Amino acid sequence: MNQLFSFIKKEFKHVFRDKKTLLMLFGLPTVQILLFGFALTNEIKNTRVTVLNYAQDNTSSELISKIDNSKYFDVVSYVRSESELEAEFRKGNAKIAVVFPKGLDSDLKHAKNAQIQLIADASDPNSATTITYYLSNIINEYNGLKLMKTPAPMQISAETKMLYNPELKGAPNFVPGVIALVLMLVCTMMSSVSIVKEKELGTMEILLVSPFKPIFIIIAKLMPYLIISIFNLIIILVLSVTLLDLEIKGSIILLMLASTLFIITSLAIGLLISTTAKTQQSAMMISLTGMLLPTLLLTGFMFPIENMPIPLKLLSNIVPSRWFFIIIKNVMLKGLGIGSIWKQLLILFGMCIFLLRLSIKKFKIRLQ
Amino acid sequence: METVISTDKLTKRFGDFIAAHELSFEVGKGEIFGFLGANGAGKTTAMRMLCGLLMPSSGKASVAGFDVYTETEKIKRNIGYMSQKFSLYEDLTVAENIRFYAGIYGLSFSDIKRKTDELLSKLGMQGEAKKLVSALPLGWKQKLAFSVSLVHEPRIVFLDEPTGGVDPVTRRQFWDLIYYAANSGVTVFVTTHYMDEAEYCDRVSIMVDGVIAALDSPGNLKKQMNAPDMEDVFYQLARKAKRSE
Repeated sequence: MNQLFSFIKKEFKHVFRDKKTLLMLFGLPTVQILLFGFALTNEIKNTRVTVLNYAQDNTSSELISKIDNSKYFDVVSYVRSESELEAEFRKGNAKIAVVFPKGLDSDLKHAKNAQIQLIADASDPNSATTITYYLSNIINEYNGLKLMKTPAPMQISAETKMLYNPELKGAPNFVPGVIALVLMLVCTMMSSVSIVKEKELGTMEILLVSPFKPIFIIIAKLMPYLIISIFNLIIILVLSVTLLDLEIKGSIILLMLASTLFIITSLAIGLLISTTAKTQQSAMMISLTGMLLPTLLLTGFMFPIENMPIPLKLLSNIVPSRWFFIIIKNVMLKGLGIGSIWKQLLILFGMCIFLLRLSIKKFKIRLQ
Repeated sequence: METVISTDKLTKRFGDFIAAHELSFEVGKGEIFGFLGANGAGKTTAMRMLCGLLMPSSGKASVAGFDVYTETEKIKRNIGYMSQKFSLYEDLTVAENIRFYAGIYGLSFSDIKRKTDELLSKLGMQGEAKKLVSALPLGWKQKLAFSVSLVHEPRIVFLDEPTGGVDPVTRRQFWDLIYYAANSGVTVFVTTHYMDEAEYCDRVSIMVDGVIAALDSPGNLKKQMNAPDMEDVFYQLARKAKRSE
């Protein structure tokens, strides 16, 4: 125990004396969370709306004030003709326009049916789809209110409800992804580099000649990164709660335990890399290229796995972050308990044991 | 004289390649045993088998009285090791390096403290205790590395080309430390490229193509081969080598 303690102490000194790496370790998650949370957000706030009102009646003015009052939209301009409207779009003043036809009120009264046109700037198709969807929702809501007042014939209307993320914010989807990505990268990279470094320095030989057990070398090497990663996780969570208005709905303890399991799994991958890499650079390269793309592409937070071709779908099964992503989403966003994630936890646990055993075995073989 | 290392037909094969072939020799307590050979002659392989890092293919060997097949853990407790590659942590201070190596050999806290003070004063480096190793000149680092390899009071110390890249004056000082250790009863097993260092050894063995081509005191070897110095002895033997790196 005394031996292990000396070793762990030394590992912490390595980490804390290397200011550059330390900065990267803590800077990376912070920058990423801010980047993904704010810059890459696909949510909409205060979208500029232009109104072309041929109707000039009760219904239209009620609708306009309803739209303007919503926090997603600001009615910024009123135009009088189609050509003026087009000019607004060209200048980029409008993201979306609402056109009220002549005789809206009377159409509603007599024909029980009226149409409003929504015109969106679809040069950015994703946001165009989202804002049209929001705006239609507001109009539907207004419809619903009207229907309650006047006795209506039998009618079925679909009501959509966005669970867990009713405002379709970007952060709830990105944060679990960023947590998975950052932990995966930091853990694999740092653990692989730190072991290869001993090999490069020639100190590994000395350690192997000593009675210090290889398994202890591994434990001592991984310890600082385990603690740093847990610390990182806390930073990310605090940032998401305070800056990105995200709330942790489920049990924090469950979240931390599951994350620790994922961290150990990622550390084990780094360990495995370190048994094959000869230099720190190659360890870094393998971790970066080998981990970044699969994590980014096959985790499901950038591209839905359901839509992928079968081979990629199958391949995604062996990416640990894929399972971890589901776990954090379920616990953090949906507030679900262990019952909803036991399968994923079991898969991660299996991966973790397999990777650890494999890398410890390979680590020993190299010495023989 | 008490024997601390003995091997009998110790052999290591890697597939068809015989890295070390039927090595048989004995090393006594307090002896400085030189292990010479060209690159690829099998020195490192032999040394690794003795340190318990490599399992022999056949033959017998015991180190500090323990069997290399079954008692490697006990061997490891009784040997020190210093490699040709530099083996201290540059980002730790002098004292921290000493404490770390003492720690992984399982010394108690009080022993670690006592040993650290002792070693620092022996090297005259009390003033440098809190300096990072990276700030020391190479000669000092090497002396420190050697002393650190003795921190757990091993019976045998293995030195794998310890003086590579050091100037002759520093090398001489380094050998003073080796003599000092040998006089206190530590057996020194040293590989080297420098023939002047071979002269400092009590006995030398010269490996050629995986076998021991000669083994005796430097004086006897020079006489037998009718050579003026060890350089010539080595050259006469090594040029018969068929394999190189």
